[in-house]
Amino acid sequence: MVRPDTGTRAAWASHSEGRSAESESPELPTYIQGITEALREELERDPSVFLIGEDIGTYEGAFKVTKGFLQQFGPRRILDTPISESAIVGAATGAALMGMRPVVEMQFIDFISCAWNQIVNMAAKIHYRWGRAVPITIRGPSGGYTHGGPFHSENPEAWFCHVPGLKVVAPSTGWDAKGLLKSAIRDDNPVLYLEHKFLYRRIRGPLPGPDVTVPIGVAEVKRPGADASVITYGSGVHLALEAAAALAAEGHDVEVLDLRTLRPLDRAAIVATVERTGKVLVLHEAHLTGGLGGEVAALIAEHAFERLDAPVMRLAAADTPVPYSDPLEQQVLPDTARVTSALRTLLDY
Amino acid sequence: MRSVRTKSPPLATKAVKPALRGLTRPQLHELHYLMLLNRAFDDRISALYRQGKISGGAFGSRGQEACSVGSAYALEEHDVVGPMIRNSGVILTRGLPIRKFFANYLGRATSPTGGRDGNTHLGDLSLGIVAPISHLSSLIPVLAGVALTFKLRGEKRVAITWIGDGGSSVGDFHEGLNLASVMKLPFVLVLENNQYAYSTPTSMQCAASKFSDKAAGYGIRGVTVDGNDVLAVHHAVKDAANRARSGDGPTLIEAVTMRMKGHAEHDDAGYVPTALLAEWAKRDPIERFRRLLRSRRLLTEEEDRATEDRVAREIEKAVMEALSDPFPDGPTALDGVYAERSEDRGPA
Ligand SMILES: Cc1ncc(C[n+]2csc(CCOP(=O)(O)OP(=O)(O)O)c2C)c(N)n1
Ligand SMILES: [Mg+2]
Repeated sequence: MVRPDTGTRAAWASHSEGRSAESESPELPTYIQGITEALREELERDPSVFLIGEDIGTYEGAFKVTKGFLQQFGPRRILDTPISESAIVGAATGAALMGMRPVVEMQFIDFISCAWNQIVNMAAKIHYRWGRAVPITIRGPSGGYTHGGPFHSENPEAWFCHVPGLKVVAPSTGWDAKGLLKSAIRDDNPVLYLEHKFLYRRIRGPLPGPDVTVPIGVAEVKRPGADASVITYGSGVHLALEAAAALAAEGHDVEVLDLRTLRPLDRAAIVATVERTGKVLVLHEAHLTGGLGGEVAALIAEHAFERLDAPVMRLAAADTPVPYSDPLEQQVLPDTARVTSALRTLLDY
Repeated sequence: MRSVRTKSPPLATKAVKPALRGLTRPQLHELHYLMLLNRAFDDRISALYRQGKISGGAFGSRGQEACSVGSAYALEEHDVVGPMIRNSGVILTRGLPIRKFFANYLGRATSPTGGRDGNTHLGDLSLGIVAPISHLSSLIPVLAGVALTFKLRGEKRVAITWIGDGGSSVGDFHEGLNLASVMKLPFVLVLENNQYAYSTPTSMQCAASKFSDKAAGYGIRGVTVDGNDVLAVHHAVKDAANRARSGDGPTLIEAVTMRMKGHAEHDDAGYVPTALLAEWAKRDPIERFRRLLRSRRLLTEEEDRATEDRVAREIEKAVMEALSDPFPDGPTALDGVYAERSEDRGPA
């Protein structure tokens, strides 16, 4: 994954349609197109699906995910709201109880904190308490590498993975972005869908057709290997693939396991990769302490300890807020060089 | 009633006769200067963004200078402010060196956040500035807490913050303003109704006919003023601050104005009718105030030009210095997550 140069404005560039970002295969659809296609197809397929959020109708979303939607589906299915994240999620929950399937957009995922109580106490606990399904999807742009600063760079997965009743997914490719969003919308539970805004227009690849979904709870090996495994998700997949490619040139064979779903974790896939390689680096862009890496490492200790040839390593963002200025952001977030060097340590163990 | 920046002497000590709405001629000139500075600063931020020198968001307040400058100028030095993204004029009026303000946008080590945050997200308690977060309305309870402290300690100080028409729909607006109202805190909330929240018109935020009607539900004073009339804003905030100081509790001031550009530099605001913009352009707060001062013979053409020149010089010097300021060193990013030094504690 290439970092934006100092002085470019990657975060805000992706707001505007016209600007194209770097990509290796410009003919293929982008990651963000995968999100748009999934929403469009599910709106066409199921009349109980509607979208609700801030500036998603007339403005077509801060990142233009819902381009053309108001025209195609009308204001009864594409709902602009006041700036009221808590009310949006609460209203989506009420509508879900009445048989609708709302998809909430957070303008930036950072603002999900304003809806905390509605998500973790209301939506997540309804089915356990009184047996009613709450089929809502909450999606929004997450992640850093965009000079977004402390309030536009959040990776909030660990906050929500702690909550029974929620499912959490984080696609790394357009294929998964589309397939997982369809699964999230069709799922009968509240699903938090974390899309990475740095990948929006930088990642290209094929998209699945209208009837293909990517199941929730199933990880995928993005690159098979025999010498060591990187277990990761989201932006980390791209760092890991770059590091693996660099190390392949030196004769090392690194496997990359993309978790894709963060709750529930695919334990079988995690154990299987340990069995294949015996060495594991867990990588994520969210902070180290209390992050998903600890959970993955614990699962490995419980279920695959004898298969390990080295202690499990973790690489993650530093335990600081994500700062704005380029040198500081670079210091805090993981990059390919650090992944490569962590893998070298692991391979040499 | 003074700008920390310009340190104009208060009326009482100088025994100068007020020239217009309780303000002396030098004070009127300061308002004029500060609004010009506000606009020139924002324009330069816009230019820096277009040159690719600002890596994050770049926000302006064109058309809203009277809201920021008029309200901040109505405060005393020991009052505390919580400015938002449209309030570069508040930060400038409080006296933050212009260079440091540019440095914050530019992510330099010399800025108040040392590059950790950008744009108007900066705090400096020596100037009575509490930094916002992006999450709209979150500062309202915090400034209520500042006001609570003033009340508990019997200090005649006021806390003030600003909110947009859109931000008034977020939950903390209600909780913060209600708490301040119930506790009768020395708190002022200026709601800048600039007709839009990003692309969303005010009709989608509030079903009441005026935002100031919300005040009734909290049992506090609510007033609506012309937000493009710097003297009206100044008067309303001065009055609210006086009442707050004398124990009468909070006021909600709705300043009606217009966001004359997009939400931020990336947004061309194609959703705003051009006729609406043309209508508001006639009410430009800086031109209006200039015309008023000129017609009352309170500002000569030479004084006006000299002020423009001064602003241009100050902005140019500050931006050049900020551009030559260093970026922070990467490893410093890891320091300072926790308070460990006694000098980081709040002022007693
Ligand atoms: C809680 C929250 N939700 C969403 C946003 C994204 N956002 C930033 S500014 C903005 C519009 C704000 O409108 P308004 O409050 O009217 O202020 P204005 O920009 O007009 O000054 C939005 C939606 C945010 N900052 N905080
Ligand atoms: Mg507004």
